[in-house]
Amino acid sequence: MMAALIAIALGALTAGGVYLMLRARSFDLILGLTLLSYAVNLFIFFMGRIRIGAAPIVDGKLAPTLANYADPLPQALVLTAIVISFAMTAVLLVIALRARAATGSDHVDGRDPIQ
Amino acid sequence: MTAATAVPLLALIPFAAALALAATGNTRRRFAAWLAGLATLAALALVAATGPAVFSGAVLHWSVEWVPALSLTLGFRLDGLAWMFALLITGIGALVVLYAAYYLDAKDPAARFFMFLLLFMCAMLGVVLADNLVLLVVFWEATSLTSFLLIGFWQHRADARAGARMALTVTGLGGLCLLAGVLLIGHICDSVQLDVVLASGDLIRAHPMYVPALILVLLGCFTKSAQFPFHFWLPHAMAAPTPVSAYLHSATMVKAGVFLLARLYPALGSSEPWFWIVSLTGLTTLLLGAYTALFKHDLKGLLAYSTISHLGLITLLFGLDQPLAVVAGVFHILNHATFKASLFMVAGIIDHETGSRDMRRLNGLWKYMPWTGALAMIASAAMAGVPLLNGFLSKEMFFAEIIRHQGHVALQWLLPLGATLAGAFGVAYSLRFIHDVFFNGQPVGLTKVPHEPPRFMRITVEMLVVACLAVGLTPDWTIAHVLAVGARGALHGGIGGTLPAYSLAIWHGLNLPLLMSAIALITGVALYFSLHRWVNLHRLDSTPALPKHGGRDVFLILLENGRQRAVAVTSGLQNGSLQRYLLLLILFAMVAGAWPIVTASAPALAQSPAPEPGFGFIVIWMIGLAAVAATVIMHERRLLALLPLGAVGLVVSLTFVYFSAPDLALTQLLVEVATIILMMLALHWLPAESAPGTRGSPARCTRDAIVAIAAGGGVAWLAWSVLKLPVESISPYFLETTKSLGGGTNAVNVIIVDYRGFDTMGEITVMGVAALIIHGLLSDWRPAEAPALPTRPGDTHPLMLALVARLLLPLAAMVSLYLFLRGHNLPGGGFIAGLVLAIALVMQFVGSGREFVAQRMSMDFHVWIGWGLLIAGATGIGSWFVGAPFLTSTYDYPIWPLVGEVPLASASLFDLGVYLTVVGSTMVALIGLARLSATEPPR
Repeated sequence: MMAALIAIALGALTAGGVYLMLRARSFDLILGLTLLSYAVNLFIFFMGRIRIGAAPIVDGKLAPTLANYADPLPQALVLTAIVISFAMTAVLLVIALRARAATGSDHVDGRDPIQ
Repeated sequence: MTAATAVPLLALIPFAAALALAATGNTRRRFAAWLAGLATLAALALVAATGPAVFSGAVLHWSVEWVPALSLTLGFRLDGLAWMFALLITGIGALVVLYAAYYLDAKDPAARFFMFLLLFMCAMLGVVLADNLVLLVVFWEATSLTSFLLIGFWQHRADARAGARMALTVTGLGGLCLLAGVLLIGHICDSVQLDVVLASGDLIRAHPMYVPALILVLLGCFTKSAQFPFHFWLPHAMAAPTPVSAYLHSATMVKAGVFLLARLYPALGSSEPWFWIVSLTGLTTLLLGAYTALFKHDLKGLLAYSTISHLGLITLLFGLDQPLAVVAGVFHILNHATFKASLFMVAGIIDHETGSRDMRRLNGLWKYMPWTGALAMIASAAMAGVPLLNGFLSKEMFFAEIIRHQGHVALQWLLPLGATLAGAFGVAYSLRFIHDVFFNGQPVGLTKVPHEPPRFMRITVEMLVVACLAVGLTPDWTIAHVLAVGARGALHGGIGGTLPAYSLAIWHGLNLPLLMSAIALITGVALYFSLHRWVNLHRLDSTPALPKHGGRDVFLILLENGRQRAVAVTSGLQNGSLQRYLLLLILFAMVAGAWPIVTASAPALAQSPAPEPGFGFIVIWMIGLAAVAATVIMHERRLLALLPLGAVGLVVSLTFVYFSAPDLALTQLLVEVATIILMMLALHWLPAESAPGTRGSPARCTRDAIVAIAAGGGVAWLAWSVLKLPVESISPYFLETTKSLGGGTNAVNVIIVDYRGFDTMGEITVMGVAALIIHGLLSDWRPAEAPALPTRPGDTHPLMLALVARLLLPLAAMVSLYLFLRGHNLPGGGFIAGLVLAIALVMQFVGSGREFVAQRMSMDFHVWIGWGLLIAGATGIGSWFVGAPFLTSTYDYPIWPLVGEVPLASASLFDLGVYLTVVGSTMVALIGLARLSATEPPR
């Protein structure tokens, strides 16, 4: 049940992200990428499986095993991924902005298709 | 210096001189020529110095490791055959350098020319000296590349560029075939060392892969030595400066193919396939070349086809598969190099002093340049095989071997007939070269009055012609020893062995070969003069009785075909539409992701017990799903869409909280805030709404929706499948050792700054680079016109917000510091603390405006990135000084006054680097955008 709910959430994020990435406007593309990166980050995170109330702070009260703590490795991977995707979003936004100023269009190809 | 160490120096000297020339300007012609000449003479001296050792039968070896993993060496090996070729390459090379020094025009970039020439010389020496086949192929390709540069030396000429391209394509493709063949041989012998390969002829010939290996190697040889049907590139390579033709297309480059035939003869020869392929290719090339040469009006064209024909002759000799024929082949390599180099030089002199190479215009030059004419006559006579000249000797041996050949009945008539016929054509075109140029009336429409060349230009021809005469008159005193070591190397690969008995005498008595020579001579003379009288060669525009279209046209058609296909494929895939690329990418990712799941058998599902979702979590994700839907639906109204997007981010952050990831939750929350601010800033410079009517057709939207739902479904399916599986992970190690090895209880932070520190180093570098890209894109740029802000009096900077933000700043700085310090043990760390500080600073912009902030603090946050990366890197390098690998961490618990025991890991210093980079990068991105609306000009 829990797994199903998580799967639906990831699916919805991916679907929304992919749909927006296929739009023709640079800003829509960036919105889509943001949604997709949520999905990807959550997916990697959940590779450590579903754990509640077991933050990986090894304070010595419990034996240091995966039975007592959540998997710290995917968390470490995702933490840096979140920050990097922020940096990449910023770069894309700036490129979108410069591209629009340079071409006069915010179409992803730099020009609106001939109608 | 021992003899063996001279061998690598031999190849190194031209290379070093080429490097030196690369550093000099093209204006210093004399210097370039002197340097090239001295380098070549030095190499020649080394050849002479190694002579005694080689003549005594030694094989000199020198090698260093190159790719030990593949047991490849960078090694040189000097046996008789290699020595003979090295003598040719350096000897004729020295003459060509002298000749070129006078030939080149003042406008030609001399240093570049001599640099290319020396590089080619180095590559060629490498081919003959390489001690293993892979190294040989490397140098082989280097000769193709350098000959490309030399043929295309006059870059402004289209024919030079086309000729160079054709030569490179044909010989380069041949080189690839050769590489494949060499690898097959290496597979058969389990070694590519020449010593091993040359000694395992029986093993190779008995192997099932023998014929493929043979054909691949022969393709390499035939393309290089311009054998039919690959001969067409050589005439087009005549667009090269004549010194290049004299060097590459007589003595060296085209001889690389026949060199390899000779080199690998002990390993690949003596078999039926060898005999048939090599001898028939040689015979065809011999006849075709000799016939075509007669009808060329261009001096160099005639010489090019003559070269093709003589290379065919040599190939045929190796193909006959008789020991004496190999000797004759080696002998003809030497003789052809001498007379053909001198003839190319004569052609160059005539071109240089008359301005034309067209035999229809060059007539009666005898009275203008008798000395050159006399030299040309002797060299042509050698080419025709007239007695008392070197060409006669090897041609006699050739005829003798043709007659000697037994066993194949059809060939017993075909070979002597073909050889005599080719000999007759050879006499005819040699005669034409002399008669048409130096006699036969008066010059026609020359632009300058012909005259003799400069003294030192002619001396090169004189030396070669003297060599032709000396060898022709006194072979035993001049060439016999060189030929003997060369032939022994070809027959036995330098590994012992004896030579068959032969005599280099000029007079062998009245015998069949002499009769064939006489027939060829008489028929040739008769043929030329009858053609001259009754057909008038000058009026023929093409070679009679040959198809107008040859290998060249097939080559061009194939090339054009390939180009068109490449264009079609490229334009079919790359039509410039990003949406299309993304669609293809997503579809491919879906297929690649689904493939293993669809094809693999379902794993045994050992259900891991998962907790049931709480009510709160369900509610959160109901909101989350609604927010995703709202983002998609409202995306065209951009500012509005940021609201649900922010909500999605918050839901994701709450998910991290719920599932035991406090660090991630904090990071996600902070990044979300920064992202939304960033997007709002950017939206100021982008249309507020997606332009109406650009959404795409309903069909397109439906298609995209289907793709999106399929992708989402796939991800959901994947996640659902994985979540049911039990987890196997390396993570228990991190949990167990985070305290004992990393010195911190927060396993996530310890992994980031310690276990995977190098990875994090890369990630903050990416972040820094991203920020610098933004800095580069924005710092010196202002939009042409700023869209007008909807202004209402009084509310540009709301008082409450400004005050609260200002009050919060010191508090936020404290929190940031606290999060940073505790990060090793509790949720926090450099990434999170950095984001907290950055957002607190950005809030000042939002609350009070950028002028307010600019007055109070430096805006140069890109410096922070530099410091951050520097500190992180220095921490890593620091561990080198205690003899540990990069980024090895250590920790201690020093007692601080007043504070008490403070855990201090060297990883904390690294985390400081992360902290500074994150603050710097975030601020650079946000300030860069915020600054766009500033009124002052960019700095």
